Amino acid sequence: MKRREFLKKSLSTGTATLCTVAAAGSAEARENLKPKEDAIGMLYDSTLCVGCKACVYKCKEVNGMPPVQESEIYAWDEARDLSGDTMNVIKIYQDGTAAVKDSEVDGFAFEKRSCMHCVDPGCVSVCPVTAMRQDPITGIVTHHADVCIGCRNCMVGCPYNVPQFEYDDAFGQIIKCQMCNQKGVERIDKGMMTGCAEACPTGATLFGSRTELMAEAKRRMDLKAGEIYNYPRGDVRTPDSFHEKEVPEYKKHIWGETEAGGTNVLHISSVSFDKLGMPPLGDRSAASIAEGVQHSLYSYLALPAVALAGLAITVRRNTDDKEEEL
Amino acid sequence: MAEHDFETDGFDFSNVANKLGVTRRTYLKFCAGVAASLGLSTKASLAMAQTIAEASKRPPVIWLHGQECTGPTESLLRSEQPSLAHLILDMISLDYHQTLDAGAGHKVEEIKKKSMEENKGKYLLVVEGAIPVKDGGIYCKIAGETMLDLTVEAAENAAAIVAFGSCASWGGVQSASPNPTGAKGAQAILPGKTVVNIPGCPPNPANFLGTVLYFVTFGKLPPLDEQNRPKWAYGRLIHENCYRRPHFDAGRFATEFGDEGHKKGYCLYKLGCKGPETYNNCPSLEFNNVGGGVWPVGVGHPCFGCSEQGVGFNKPMFSLADVKTHTPPNNFPAIDDRQQESGISPTAAAIGGAAVGAAIGATLVASKKLGNKDAGGDESSSSDDQGK
Repeated sequence: MKRREFLKKSLSTGTATLCTVAAAGSAEARENLKPKEDAIGMLYDSTLCVGCKACVYKCKEVNGMPPVQESEIYAWDEARDLSGDTMNVIKIYQDGTAAVKDSEVDGFAFEKRSCMHCVDPGCVSVCPVTAMRQDPITGIVTHHADVCIGCRNCMVGCPYNVPQFEYDDAFGQIIKCQMCNQKGVERIDKGMMTGCAEACPTGATLFGSRTELMAEAKRRMDLKAGEIYNYPRGDVRTPDSFHEKEVPEYKKHIWGETEAGGTNVLHISSVSFDKLGMPPLGDRSAASIAEGVQHSLYSYLALPAVALAGLAITVRRNTDDKEEEL
Repeated sequence: MAEHDFETDGFDFSNVANKLGVTRRTYLKFCAGVAASLGLSTKASLAMAQTIAEASKRPPVIWLHGQECTGPTESLLRSEQPSLAHLILDMISLDYHQTLDAGAGHKVEEIKKKSMEENKGKYLLVVEGAIPVKDGGIYCKIAGETMLDLTVEAAENAAAIVAFGSCASWGGVQSASPNPTGAKGAQAILPGKTVVNIPGCPPNPANFLGTVLYFVTFGKLPPLDEQNRPKWAYGRLIHENCYRRPHFDAGRFATEFGDEGHKKGYCLYKLGCKGPETYNNCPSLEFNNVGGGVWPVGVGHPCFGCSEQGVGFNKPMFSLADVKTHTPPNNFPAIDDRQQESGISPTAAAIGGAAVGAAIGATLVASKKLGNKDAGGDESSSSDDQGK
């Protein structure tokens, strides 16, 4: 019995030590990752969007995806959300009579759903293999099916519900926007812009470097409602054309500037983002907090070592008992 | 004129040829065509044909010209319908029209005054051109009187007032900023009166003829929208019926005049097409009945929005239009919509799960039995066990 008590005590002490280590570790959690210097991204201005869905079509064309059919009317793509067949979709916010564009009350507004390309991506952090990666230069969050084990952790790790699984395919894969730069498409590497930004007739989806897009978004925040502004189309660095439009009453909020460490795809709008379905996110990225805990637990293989030791002891003890009985 | 008796089958149209200079067949075809474009029945077209053929029912028309280019009159004269000029001159009694009157000067003005006096409450007033109101309206005078006074005077006893063209409807080009003469549409200077607006620059003569024929036949105005435009002609956006619309939906835009997309006939929205905010029937009737795909969008130029107040002459020609068709209900998913997992319903998943569970359970039971047998020292193989 004394031996047993000794073992019990030593085990509990070990656990307590482990907890202390974990606590200390989380206190020293790493900082959010910083935006890459040459990160590329997109700026989606909800007030410019006219709901033509040209970007939805272009996305499917570039990425070779079929349209989603939900009703008997085979008129056009009826995708309701991101799915294994859809990486980009235009959704609508409606209130009351929904008569006025970009009005929260009795109005409507469009919102684009596609990968936000987080600066500190949760999907990359939770991926147990290296199927989810962030490009070290462009900051594009990429998916590599050749390594993917299909655990779908990334779907849970994403605050925006972006990675989707092809459930209706026996050999389904994770599908997500890779800024038209995945193998076989490689539009960015070829010096082109994303399909959606190229198709957008109003510049609601604007392509460019994160730095320049952020500057453009801030410029729009500083405009007075009713002023005439020359909106660029295509690539913010080298716009192929401009169009003049009256400035709407922007909400002074650039989604993606700080949210969960920021995103490379920025959104601005005249309707608050909680109404546009954006999740409540703090400034800290989930990855930075979780990795702090996880990495301290696993540093120097401490947790596996302790667990293995515990298991070994238990097994040893049980085996000894049995042998004694026999 | 009250509702007409529709028993027109026995009506003799034989003198139509002498009177209007067209054959009976051509004449009835024309009336049927107008009725069809108004969405009326064959019976209504016969009623229309009879009304026009009867000389006694020709209403007098007073036609005023204000600030304008005479475009509406010109387009009306050039319309391609068979003998339209004959019909317009014979179905109505055009008592005063500054462009078409043979006479001139005091004599014509006298005839106008006389006709207005004789036909009080019966004549149709057509206003063509804007009316300047600044400085007492001195910027447009006819026979020493301002257009402002003339319009108000003529409108006083008119049975119906039609504003023909964008200038008369809402001011047109001269009402655009800075509007030095204070140009306004007829509606704006005739408060309390119903002015039927047939905007366009120039307006489609079919829209005018259809409305006037409706009035002549039924003695009342066709249904109007909130801007007093006949609904049958201005009920839909150009964007809705445009044959380049599929290109818009697919994101295929011409980005420059003469580029590849432009040559292929892609959507002209990016070049500033105002079709998405302009109500007119140009895609179906094309430009002034010329035919052959001739209208701005048909020949590769973005719609200018000539008939829409606040668009034509007001918005820059190549600025983007506000798309007005996406007001709900339209095919957009709501913000919190989720895609159904296609193919697998929750019930199917549950049944599938139960089947898998049953299989696992059976395997467990089987292996247990196998284990017991092994423990009992019985000689058995797994293949035997599977047979049980």
